[in-house]
Parts: sequence; structure tokens; C-alpha cells
Amino acid sequence: MRSLLLAQTQIRERTGTGCVAENGFCPDWIAENFDKYWSPLAEHVFLTVVSVGIGFAIAFSLALLAHRRRWLTGPIIGVTGALYTVPSVAAFFLLLPITGRGNLTAIVALTAYTLLILFRNITTGLRNVPEDARDAARGMGLTDRQVLWRVELPLSTPEILAGVRIAFTTTVGLATLAFFAGGGGLGEQIYSSKAGTGGIFFQSNVVVAGGLAVLLAAVGDLLILGFQRLALPWRRVAT
Amino acid sequence: MVHEHRQAVSIEFCAVEKRYPGQESPAVECLSLEIPAGAICVLVGPSGCGKTTAMRMINRLIDPTSGDILLGGGSILDRKPAELRREIGYAIQQIGLFPHQTIAQNIATVPRLLGWPKDRIRARVDELLDLVGLDPGLVRERYPAQLSGGQRQRVGVARALAVDPPVLLMDEPFGAIDPITRERLQNEFLRLQAEIRKTIVFVTHDIDEALKMGDFVAVMKQGGRLAQYAPPAELLMEPADEFVEQFVGADRALKRLALQRVRDIDLWTAVHVRAGEPAAAARSRLADADLDRPLLVDDEGRPLGWLRAEDLSGAVVPDRAPSPNVTVESDDVLRDALADLLMDESHYAAVVDADGRAVGVLSIEVIGHALGTPVPDPSDVAFSG
Repeated sequence: MRSLLLAQTQIRERTGTGCVAENGFCPDWIAENFDKYWSPLAEHVFLTVVSVGIGFAIAFSLALLAHRRRWLTGPIIGVTGALYTVPSVAAFFLLLPITGRGNLTAIVALTAYTLLILFRNITTGLRNVPEDARDAARGMGLTDRQVLWRVELPLSTPEILAGVRIAFTTTVGLATLAFFAGGGGLGEQIYSSKAGTGGIFFQSNVVVAGGLAVLLAAVGDLLILGFQRLALPWRRVAT
Repeated sequence: MVHEHRQAVSIEFCAVEKRYPGQESPAVECLSLEIPAGAICVLVGPSGCGKTTAMRMINRLIDPTSGDILLGGGSILDRKPAELRREIGYAIQQIGLFPHQTIAQNIATVPRLLGWPKDRIRARVDELLDLVGLDPGLVRERYPAQLSGGQRQRVGVARALAVDPPVLLMDEPFGAIDPITRERLQNEFLRLQAEIRKTIVFVTHDIDEALKMGDFVAVMKQGGRLAQYAPPAELLMEPADEFVEQFVGADRALKRLALQRVRDIDLWTAVHVRAGEPAAAARSRLADADLDRPLLVDDEGRPLGWLRAEDLSGAVVPDRAPSPNVTVESDDVLRDALADLLMDESHYAAVVDADGRAVGVLSIEVIGHALGTPVPDPSDVAFSG
């Protein structure tokens, strides 16, 4: 509370009149202070990519497991679903005693959220492989493993990448809350006055920090989509 | 280029049974039959008679509950399934091409599994596409979604033949195709088989297709039991029981027409004339021919239409015929040829060979005359390898 009051006094002390004092949208201030956002943005990217990456590795392994033993699908959906429904801030506080303050806590929680989406999409992709392609593959002499890696997974790629896109964009959003776990990222700029950009009550700050998060999500989405277009020529082909 | 093909092998079912737990009647019951090397054996019967199950036991997609299947004398149960399947061509009704791979990559599936060098694979793909009647340059880099149903079916056959396997399994391969294309594909396939001589097990529910395609036909009934296993002629003339009689159809006599091909019977000859030829010469040739109407052909000998006698009254042969003609292929079975004749209300049809050149004339009289000579006795039809 005291730091908040301090921040407001700081702002008012900076300039008695003008855009900042009136808490408007101030392009001048933005231009002057923009460099303060680079490092948090980089951290934000790091948090997102690492969480989605680890989440993908775990979800992929689980999906392969459930592919051969169908009965595992239900329980896995149950567990990942439960993880998904825990509110993020609550999750952070639950983890604090175990993993301490900092990026690790944030990453553990963020990874847990991606699991349901990724597991679901990978599994659905594998289930939707046309049955005749699978039968032909086996009939021609591919082993189960070869059928998986040469036929089923390539044909599941569109669905899997769709899951990665969703996971990425949601994680970008959630990662803004990493601040509450003691982690970095754009959340620190948004919520904390100690970050030197004016805190949550300063409109320009929130617009820039929030805007960067949205931009990050959009760019990531487009990059994955672009990769999908390039890597899957068979999808571009019209019937 | 692969000129010599791998030696075909015989297939033998030895009291093969397949029972599924919880089901009262077996899917296949005590099936025993022997298919000589290089022959086409058609498994035919109503839905649920176990014909597809029986076929899928040959490449161990399904394992028999009891009994054994011998491939060239060796038991399939001694082989590892994946290894066995790489030596058996497999073509299914929905074809099952891989959508994410080009046609070339699809066909190269088993060669790649066996570690063939790239050049050999590329040459083989082109050779196979040619063999099934597709233009390699046009088709090899396309994706399955870009091909028509008939083209995809041909690619499926090419893929099954990729490593020149001695045995080919085909499950209703022409089932998903329209009837016109199907007839053409059947004829082409038979021409192909005459060249490559594989042992083929062909499953269909269509008795007409079975009679047309098979050297031997196995009629199966509900409960996976074999009703009769015999060459088509015997099936038609000496059905083993009431089921076979009914399944083959009340029009058994007409079905005999499916046993002979146009090229097997004596055809009439027509006078072939080309546009621009002197008409007087054509008229004199007409006097000695079986038919009093000349057939207009192009430079390659392909039929363009029938002319009437009065069309030759000018100085030269005209370049257009008053009516388009019906053509039948010399490889067609008489049944299909007769159907074409009747559909068009034509009296005559020009018979063409594989290249489209006119080689004779077919008419209802010609067919009737040919049927007057009896179909040879089944015991005389020794299967020649």
C-alpha cells in the first residue's frame, strides 16, 4: 500500500501538469521509456516458450501412451483437466512453499495449464487418421512403430499444431500473472510500481505492457501458422 | 527395367478356422483349398461370409484360431507378420493412399522399407506408373487428393506391386469405382496379369466380377463355410448345391457369356476405308467382304464410323461417317460386349485391340453363332501356368 502511494507521489512530482499527471495516453513518455520493456518482454517470451515446450514434451509422451492403451485416456484427461481448472494465482501460492519465489514456480504452473489442451489435440489428431491409410500401412508391412511415426503422426500434425497455437496464446496471457509467483515478464511492468514504469494505475504503462503481450501472442500464432503452411504442402493442395 | 518377374507361389489353406470370443458361429470354418501359382482365385459370397477374413489371414492381419496357411509350401505362422507382409502386395477397396505423401512416395513405401537405393526406387516408380496406365511425369509429384478415383485405384495397384511380390491380395479393389471405369480397369488388370502372372487372391461380393476375373472361384456362405471351389465354367454348369445355384443366379445360361472373350470367337471382317481413298477401289473390296458396309478408319486404323454403300458413290471416300459407331474391346467378355451392342441399338460394333485399332466386327449373329459351339468341358480346361 505504501509503495503504491509512493508511486503516485512520484508521478505527480515528475510533472505538475501535462499528460502524465493527468494519467492519459502519452506517446512522449512511451517513446522515452520504451527501452524499459525489452528485458521484461524477453523474459516473457522465455517463460512462454519454456512452459509450452515442456508441456508439449509431457503431453506428447502421455498421448503416445494413451494411443496404445486406450483406457488411459480417461484418467489422463481427468488429471490434466483438474490442473486446468485450478485458478492460476491460487496455483502459484500453492507451489510457493515447494518451489519458492521466482520463475520456476511460474513455469511449473504454466506448464500444467498447457497439458490438457495439448494432450487433447494430439490424441484427437491420432484418432482422426483415416482408417484405410492405417490398414494399408499395416497390410504393406510397416511395424506398429513405423505406422505411428511415418503415417499417423504426420497426418495428425495439423491438429497438433492447432493445439500448440492455442497453448501458446493462452500461456502468453497467463504468464502476465507470473509476477505474483515472484517471476518476471511483462506482468511485473503491469502490476509493480517498483519496475519504474508507473505501475498499474498508470494508463500508458498498462497499454504498452498489455499491448506487447497481445502482440507477442499474435506473432507467435502467425509464426506457427506460417510454419504449418510451409511444412505441410499436402494441405495446400485443392481437391 | 524389371523384365523377368519373380516366380509366383502357390497358396494353400489347411483347415483354417477363425473364431471370435463370444460369437456363436465362426467367422471362417474349416477352410481348405489350394491356389496354384500364377492363378487368380476369387473369394465371393454374401456379406459376413468370411471372405475378407480369410484373405486377411494370408498376410496375418488376422491370425487363424486353428489350421495353417502355406505360402509356396512354407507356413505363414513361422514368419514375422511385418516381414511377411512386405512380400505380399495388398490393395483394399478404399485404397488407403497416404494423403501426406506424393504418389511417388506412396508407391515407394515398401521399397524404402527394404532399403532400396534411390535410383532404383525412382526407376521402379516410373515403370509401375506406366504399367498401370498413368503418365509418370504428370502424376508422380501429385498428392492423392488431386487424383480421380480411377487414378487412385491404379496407384493403389502400382503400390501393391512395388517390390514385385509373388502374391497379391485385393479386397474389392474395384468396388468404389463407377461401373464404366470398373469394366475398363478389370480388363486392364486381366491384361496386366497375363503379363506378370502373380498369384492373386481377390475378394468380391459381385458374382459377375468373380466369374469374369477368376481362374478359380471360391463361393462362401454364412458362417465362413466353403460352398464350392471350382473354375467358373464348372460353377455355372455344375453348381454343388442350392446355395451356389441361387448365388450364381437364375440366369446361369446367360452368364456363360462371361466366360468367353470377344477375341476368342470368330469375328466378321469389314472393309476398312480411309478418307480420301479412291471410292472405286473401296467398292470392289466391298464385294468380297462379310459385311456390306465399309468401316471408316483413321490413319492409325482406329474406327471412326460406319459408311453406307451410297457414301462410296462419289470419287473419293468421305472423311465423315453419318453415325458414330459402337466399339467393343477384343478383351471384353461377351456379356459386356453384348450389353454394349444392345444398349446402342446397333447392329454391328467394331472390335478394337488394346491400341484402339479395328480388328473385326461383332454382332448379335456373331455371338449367337459362337454360342452354338459348346463351351469346352471343364476337365479340358487344364490350368496353364
